[in-house]
Amino acid sequence: MAEVAASGPLESHAQHVVYCGVCTLPPEYCEFGGTAKKCEEWLKENNSDLYQRLYSDEALNSNLSSLSVSVRERVARDAAKKEAKAAQVEARDAEKKASSKVQIKRVERNKRKHVSVIAGLGIYGLENKKVAKELGKKFATGSSVTKSASGTEEITVQGDVSDDIKDWLLDVYGKEIPESNIEIIEDKKKKKASDQA
Amino acid sequence: MFKKEIPTGQRSSKVKSSVQRGIRQRFLDTYPGFEPYIDEVLPKKAQLDAVKLPDKCTLYTIDTTPLFYQPQDGPPVPHLKLVHAYPDALPTVQIDRGAIRFVLSGAVLMAPGLTSAGGRLPEKEQALESGTVVAVKAEGKELACLVGVLKAGTEEMKAKPKGVAIDEGHYLGDGLWNFHLD
Repeated sequence: MAEVAASGPLESHAQHVVYCGVCTLPPEYCEFGGTAKKCEEWLKENNSDLYQRLYSDEALNSNLSSLSVSVRERVARDAAKKEAKAAQVEARDAEKKASSKVQIKRVERNKRKHVSVIAGLGIYGLENKKVAKELGKKFATGSSVTKSASGTEEITVQGDVSDDIKDWLLDVYGKEIPESNIEIIEDKKKKKASDQA
Repeated sequence: MFKKEIPTGQRSSKVKSSVQRGIRQRFLDTYPGFEPYIDEVLPKKAQLDAVKLPDKCTLYTIDTTPLFYQPQDGPPVPHLKLVHAYPDALPTVQIDRGAIRFVLSGAVLMAPGLTSAGGRLPEKEQALESGTVVAVKAEGKELACLVGVLKAGTEEMKAKPKGVAIDEGHYLGDGLWNFHLD
């Protein structure tokens, strides 16, 4: 915690708590998080002391012994259900990510003037507002988050910079967005500039 | 209370220093246990930020570290990370193992979870009134999994272990827990 580290001699009061890198809960609660398997692996890699303490046979047994058999079964069933659900959600997310596209559209404003509209970043966990700001800085143009006609949010960058945006996105967020999922769309009418693009 | 995820992109606003003094005082009045640590938690000079949350709730943060939230009615409630960092600052109760999974999925905490064998309530001399904010630990765990306002006094619960003990708390993995300012 930042404010604790800054306060020098008083530092000792605050407990330093390790949180799981997978489910963000304190590791002792990982078993209730639905991603128990992954959490266990994470802890093994990152904090073996704690791992020894939490996942030793002793600890596991004492956890179980406090419950009656029927309750134990129910808990196990619930946990399995939860895990399945978490896995399902994850799979769905991954699928969504794979199938959805980031669209970069060039829209004509006024004869020779264009704006570039970017839609569909939200699915990849990017925040429109922040990306808009960065784009504005990068290309030294106006860049803002606007609502499209259908109500979804998109980024409008002034100027025809579609290709540059694509390169920039791949450069900066290449890990999140595969190249094949970025498509550049020329706005319908006036296709004469397409060779240039 | 924060069962739903909090939408991202919430804007924070700076708190006036005069207001901040008031908030700090109120926080201390509610939690005498934080008295020794207050200069660490909320230094006098630090700039407090307020973030509006759903349900007319306000979250107070320093930089991006959440400190506590303030519902429209009722006392300020510290964020679980704060509770974890200063485990002895709040009065605590304990729930049995069977109740943990319900708490972590956002259910209302019922009295039997506290009065059964695995649970623990404070002794009679330190009985807690209803309306007190408590940290709830769990059997066999070291850290709190829930903070919330008691709906019934601890002595009442011992006498009649039925009904709601805490509702609308802040639990591990809820919307507020997963809410990050950046």
